[in-house]
Amino acid sequence: MIRPDAPLLLDIRDLHASVDEQPILKGVNLAIRAGEIHAVMGRNGSGKSTLSKVLAGHPAYTVTAGSVHYRGADLLELDPEQRARIGLFLGFQYPVEIPGVSNLEFLRVATNSRRAERGDEELDTFAFEDLVHERLKVVQMDPAFLERSVNEGFSGGEKKRNEILQMALLEPLVAILDETDSGLDIDALRIVADGVNQLAGPDNATLLITHYQRLLDLITPDYVHVMAAGRILRTGGKELALELERTGYDWVDQELARLEPETVEVA
Amino acid sequence: MSTATVGDLVSQPYKHGFVTDIETEKIAKGLSEDVVRLISSKKDEPDFLLQFRLRAYRQWLQMAAPDWAALGYPPIDYQNIIYYAAPKQQEKKASLDEVDPKLLETFDKLGIPLSEQKRLSNVAVDAVFDSVSIATTYKEKLAEHGVIFCSISEAVKEHPELIEAYLGTVVPSNDNYFSALNSAVFSDGSFVFIPKGVECPMELSTYFRINSADTGQFERTLIVAEEGASVSYLEGCTAPMFDTNQLHAAVVELVVLDDASIKYSTVQNWYAGDENGVGGIYNFVTKRGQCRGARSRISWTQVETGSAITWKYPSCVLQGADSVGEFYSVALTNNHQQADTGTKMIHVGPRTRSTIVSKGISAGHSSNSYRGLVQIGPKAVGAKNYSQCDSMLIGDQAAANTYPYIRSQQPDAVVEHEASTCRISVDQLFYLQSRGIGFEEAVSMMVSGFCRDVFNQLPMEFAAEADKLLALKLEGSVG
Ligand SMILES: Nc1ncnc2c1ncn2[C@@H]1O[C@H](COP(=O)(O)OP(=O)(O)OP(=O)(O)O)[C@@H](O)[C@H]1O
Ligand SMILES: [Mg+2]
Repeated sequence: MIRPDAPLLLDIRDLHASVDEQPILKGVNLAIRAGEIHAVMGRNGSGKSTLSKVLAGHPAYTVTAGSVHYRGADLLELDPEQRARIGLFLGFQYPVEIPGVSNLEFLRVATNSRRAERGDEELDTFAFEDLVHERLKVVQMDPAFLERSVNEGFSGGEKKRNEILQMALLEPLVAILDETDSGLDIDALRIVADGVNQLAGPDNATLLITHYQRLLDLITPDYVHVMAAGRILRTGGKELALELERTGYDWVDQELARLEPETVEVA
Repeated sequence: MSTATVGDLVSQPYKHGFVTDIETEKIAKGLSEDVVRLISSKKDEPDFLLQFRLRAYRQWLQMAAPDWAALGYPPIDYQNIIYYAAPKQQEKKASLDEVDPKLLETFDKLGIPLSEQKRLSNVAVDAVFDSVSIATTYKEKLAEHGVIFCSISEAVKEHPELIEAYLGTVVPSNDNYFSALNSAVFSDGSFVFIPKGVECPMELSTYFRINSADTGQFERTLIVAEEGASVSYLEGCTAPMFDTNQLHAAVVELVVLDDASIKYSTVQNWYAGDENGVGGIYNFVTKRGQCRGARSRISWTQVETGSAITWKYPSCVLQGADSVGEFYSVALTNNHQQADTGTKMIHVGPRTRSTIVSKGISAGHSSNSYRGLVQIGPKAVGAKNYSQCDSMLIGDQAAANTYPYIRSQQPDAVVEHEASTCRISVDQLFYLQSRGIGFEEAVSMMVSGFCRDVFNQLPMEFAAEADKLLALKLEGSVG
């Protein structure tokens, strides 16, 4: 829902970032207000996941220029854990497995660290069990997954549901979901989309990274952005995604060639 | 944040590094037959013990320090060590009220309160300070059950027949260089005797504290469980920070008869030296248990976090038919610490079984080796062993090695060995951090997850303690 007077949650300006001295993000601009749903699309390797990890504070990436403000504060100053505690959430494209760490205990510690930041009391194991069982329903996940190690041996789709469960527990203000739809079967896609819709509200915002219209049929974006070569090349409404579905990304090359002729590699 | 900062994280100030300022009686540095005689006479020992010591001393003179372990350290000057140091208050006090308050305070500070009001409710403690035992709690209560729990010096006086019958029968004095040295000069330690059919009504625990610099600590522990008896025993240890190395060479002997069991747990936190590897304890320990009886059981659990050098292989000799040996170990090394530790399971009797679970965590420039022997003798029909050795590396400067030796003279024995190595990855840490979990807590969650199988074996009172200790070792400034 677009409300021009809604508070600005995330304000990304001219963001440049590199990995091992190699520039990946080359000037990303993006403003996200409360209540909005944004979709970011773009070819493989265009920098979508990099953008999400830079926002979450992954240590492998160095910001070389630009700024990111989260509710007015400098986000780039903060450690990843602080960013999470104040309400930034990243649903990973490839959630890692953490053997030996119980999923339930992990979820409880994570939930409590967010609660502490908000001034809510810590949940003990019993209170947390109640909460987690309620939130499990959002993703229709089997409680048996709580007993296992974090993501260990989870199928691709199970890992993605576990990400949405975390989002449901952490109640973020800005949720970045990196290809949460890939690897999901048709039913799971609907369940996850329902979950995201349930959690979306006037006070928070969602940034969906996806390749497919089928997700955007279920979650209607207010804005669609196309990323290419580390920047946002075009922004439109939900109809831009439909147009991409028809035309593909061929036009991207011409546009990039105009912008920086020397660096374009023809796909 | 690179993995190098994960390494930094593991360095933390040692919390037990203080020195208690107390008058001690020390003998002059150096070792000779006279020194052995002096120690024995100071303790007013019966002749059989003096002879035991002298025999061991002469054996030691003929032996050379072992060099097969994956450890590097300059030769130890045995003439530059003090072999006996004791707080001046010499006589063991009848009541705790008479114990020097400074000593009580020391143990308070270490989290081992001894006084009536503060002591742990279900754990009896023998507190050993430098070379002598200063107090043992709950002695009377234990005596009602026929359980003897006292310092080994006291046992020599009160129960010489038990000492003579069992001392040196599991670890002969000439077993190795350090056991010979210990047998010659041991000063104190704990003695436990659980009579036939008795299940020890509480946890027993010995807490070792080295206080003086330049002093070697040579304690001796002997635990005997008669037919059908059982006991759970835990030892803890700390030392002040000195920039010289101190030698600790202990011997522990366990004897279990038919249907008896001993569970022996160690939380070792001797001073490890500083981040450049200066100072720290040299820990050369011989621990061995003998399952003499049928269906007897010995379980070793160790959490090794301290010492500059650890050389330690708690072992089980499985003589009795159907006897069981277990070894659960967590060894954490950091900075320039070196650990070469593991176990020996010697299957002698039929249908004997053993389990080995070893978890090594190496950080900094440390080196952590598992060395284990599973030996199946010709009479051990139907023997079984299962071994699992996992290593976790933190940073890229640390080393982990596994040396499993299997010798079987029984074609139908089942010996299984599994090993794995993992590294805490930046992506795993980032995943936890991106959920609001701090860097240090993230590392410690992964480490305690890795150690869970072993921590589950610790007595309940100490499992949380061990978890906390590892977390402490992993705490520090984040880069
Ligand atoms: N840690 C890294 N080391 C080296 N190269 C990297 C790293 N992270 C990203 N890159 C490179 O940066 C570019 C952008 O990668 P990114 O993962 O952001 O793409 P993406 O848009 O998410 O692609 P996809 O649609 O395939 O998920 C790629 O060329 C990738 O190889
Ligand atoms: Mg991606």
